[in-house]
Amino acid sequence: MLDRFRNMGVKKPYLIYGMCDETFSINYTARIPNGVNQGWFMFWVTLLNQLYWVSGAILGGIFGSFVRINTKGLGFAMTAMFVVIFMEQWMKEKNHWSSLIGFAVTGGSLAIFGSENFIVPSMVLILGTLSVLRKPLERMGVE
Amino acid sequence: MTFPEQMITISAVSVGTLLTRFLPFLVFPAGKPTPEYIQYLGKVLAPAVFSLLIVYCLKDVSWLEGSHGIPEILGIAVIAALHLWKRQMLLSIAGGTIFLYAARAICLCGVICLRATGSCKIR
Repeated sequence: MLDRFRNMGVKKPYLIYGMCDETFSINYTARIPNGVNQGWFMFWVTLLNQLYWVSGAILGGIFGSFVRINTKGLGFAMTAMFVVIFMEQWMKEKNHWSSLIGFAVTGGSLAIFGSENFIVPSMVLILGTLSVLRKPLERMGVE
Repeated sequence: MTFPEQMITISAVSVGTLLTRFLPFLVFPAGKPTPEYIQYLGKVLAPAVFSLLIVYCLKDVSWLEGSHGIPEILGIAVIAALHLWKRQMLLSIAGGTIFLYAARAICLCGVICLRATGSCKIR
């Protein structure tokens, strides 16, 4: 994102400010068509996501207590979104080492540290593994 | 939590979040070329993080008991199939979610029926 936001001018601070997980995922993987302004594309993704977040949270706060239907399955929409984004990334990348390392490391630390506190160890281990494997991965041409 | 405590908590979370978002851009300003190691991380970190996010979403699935994560695995299979077929993000997401919703409902019915007939092996 450092390079992608490089020439964004006045939009840059807002793009950084509004970069939640979902916005990052879209702006990172989207294939922006030629003829569409990169800056405005990312700006609208960020702004609309922020509006959805805020309005969704407000509606949830106001009406959440009245809702009695089972919404358990709806959380799967987030899983679905990340799966789709993962697939887009998978189809774009030249080799899959990084994706596979991500699964192996996160899965391993979930097994070791348990579901409550495996995220931070996973991140550290991913960073460590990718740093150690930099030479071989670069030789294979990561993209 | 009292009102001042709430204010402090929200401020701390806001500042923390903003810091994580702005810090990389402050440490590596646009005027200077980004170090090669950081550029390398920029390329390889994202795919690994998408894997992490999927594992994170599935962290509370009970693999060894209950439904054994079968609805989730089938749900992901449906998403993958839909996405390979049409490659329409919203269709894949909506299709997978609706499928999982239905699958869980069917699973629940199945367990209840099995229990009722006394042949239930699933706890």
